[in-house]
Amino acid sequence: MSAAGSTLLAIGTRKGLWLASSRDRRTWTVSEPHFLMEEIPSVAIDVRGGRVRLFAGRMSWHFGPCLVHSDDLGASWTEPREGSIRFGPADGAALERIWQIQPDSEDRPGVVWAGCQPISVWRSTDHGETFELNRGLWDHPHRPDWGAGFGGAAAHTVLPSPRDATVHVAMSTGGVYRSDDGGNSWHPRNRGISAYFLPEPAPDFGQCVHKVARDAVDPDRLYAQNHRGVYATRDGGDSWQSIAERLPADFGFVMLTHPRRGGTAWVIPLESDGERIPPGGHLAVHRTDDGGATWEAGDTGLPAPDYNAVLRDAACTDTADVAGVYFGTRGGSVYASADEGRSFQEVIGHLPDVLSVRAAVVPG
Amino acid sequence: MTSVTVLIPTLLRPCTAGRKEVTLHPDEAHDVAAVLDRLGVLHPLLEGRIRDETGALRRFVNIYVDGEEVRRLDLLGTPVRAGATIMIMQSVAGG
Repeated sequence: MSAAGSTLLAIGTRKGLWLASSRDRRTWTVSEPHFLMEEIPSVAIDVRGGRVRLFAGRMSWHFGPCLVHSDDLGASWTEPREGSIRFGPADGAALERIWQIQPDSEDRPGVVWAGCQPISVWRSTDHGETFELNRGLWDHPHRPDWGAGFGGAAAHTVLPSPRDATVHVAMSTGGVYRSDDGGNSWHPRNRGISAYFLPEPAPDFGQCVHKVARDAVDPDRLYAQNHRGVYATRDGGDSWQSIAERLPADFGFVMLTHPRRGGTAWVIPLESDGERIPPGGHLAVHRTDDGGATWEAGDTGLPAPDYNAVLRDAACTDTADVAGVYFGTRGGSVYASADEGRSFQEVIGHLPDVLSVRAAVVPG
Repeated sequence: MTSVTVLIPTLLRPCTAGRKEVTLHPDEAHDVAAVLDRLGVLHPLLEGRIRDETGALRRFVNIYVDGEEVRRLDLLGTPVRAGATIMIMQSVAGG
């Protein structure tokens, strides 16, 4: 990794946010909790433009959701006077939860996206201070037919393409939608993805896609962890093919891609929707370097057995040279790998359920 | 003129720069909705913690007018007299 910085790991849980830092990604210093007793389903670390802005999507069961940011690594937090993400009076809706905070690419430094519950996508052009509701998706004619998964009806994944105006969104339930015009119009892109829980198992939309990640080299290649099924596409989602054949199970929530190398992705399989534990209690991160044709399990340093699930945003990579891989379990353990997912060390254990983690190399 | 006093719970004081109470002119606080509308002007983040964007009182927030819980009265239409004390409380929810 870079010798000029340390790694910041933001850990959002069901009862607060913890910040961990390390110079070698093996020994970690972990903060006291921020926002104790609030759920933190989303975090982001925006390192574009030579500065570090940390985001936290908070959710108080008493006082509702809000988005805050920090420009001093969590020493202080800011929420704009009118709030960052709010529906208007004519929308007839209230923000329930912020599931995703996604900084755009380097050449769009002020742009930050958010995916929320109810199913909605939001875009900021002022570095995440304020967000505007994406009307193309909000007014989509499919909206009445989108449904709620167990966690609620949410746009949980927003993936702007670094190459052009393409944006992919994944929602549960609804599936993958793609915009080719920066978010003005959206079309379902689910061909090949199963919705086995519906009478018609191959609908245009209605799939329960749990997570999608974009390939580091080819923006038309994406990988999806579905509610049963793991898939890849080479044409921006026009068609998807199964890559689950050599995995121990095809259920799970996590999908990660390498920050620079094409064809590399990670999943953390769970047995099935009816048995949401690592297969046989064998917690492992499975990695492919060939786009899903073959997979290798990384479990060195992980406890055995472990019967805890890993949720969709409770895993991430960093951008270091030899990428780090991180994840946290519903049992409150957080693990870090400094060797691209081959071996892991525990960062901290016994936290509340881990909902979100993000890592980045930061100055200092 | 006898002002209306709104007591702010500890957890929400970051939204009022630490103030424990907010006083309102009775003409702008004739019922609970009007109180919240005025709070929305003075301290918009505070109002957003109490009501959502549709105007609905958040499920686990309780408001008492002179000791009476508004869900047992006329909810946001509950009248507020001059000199009243409005207490905002989080309910005993959570796990």
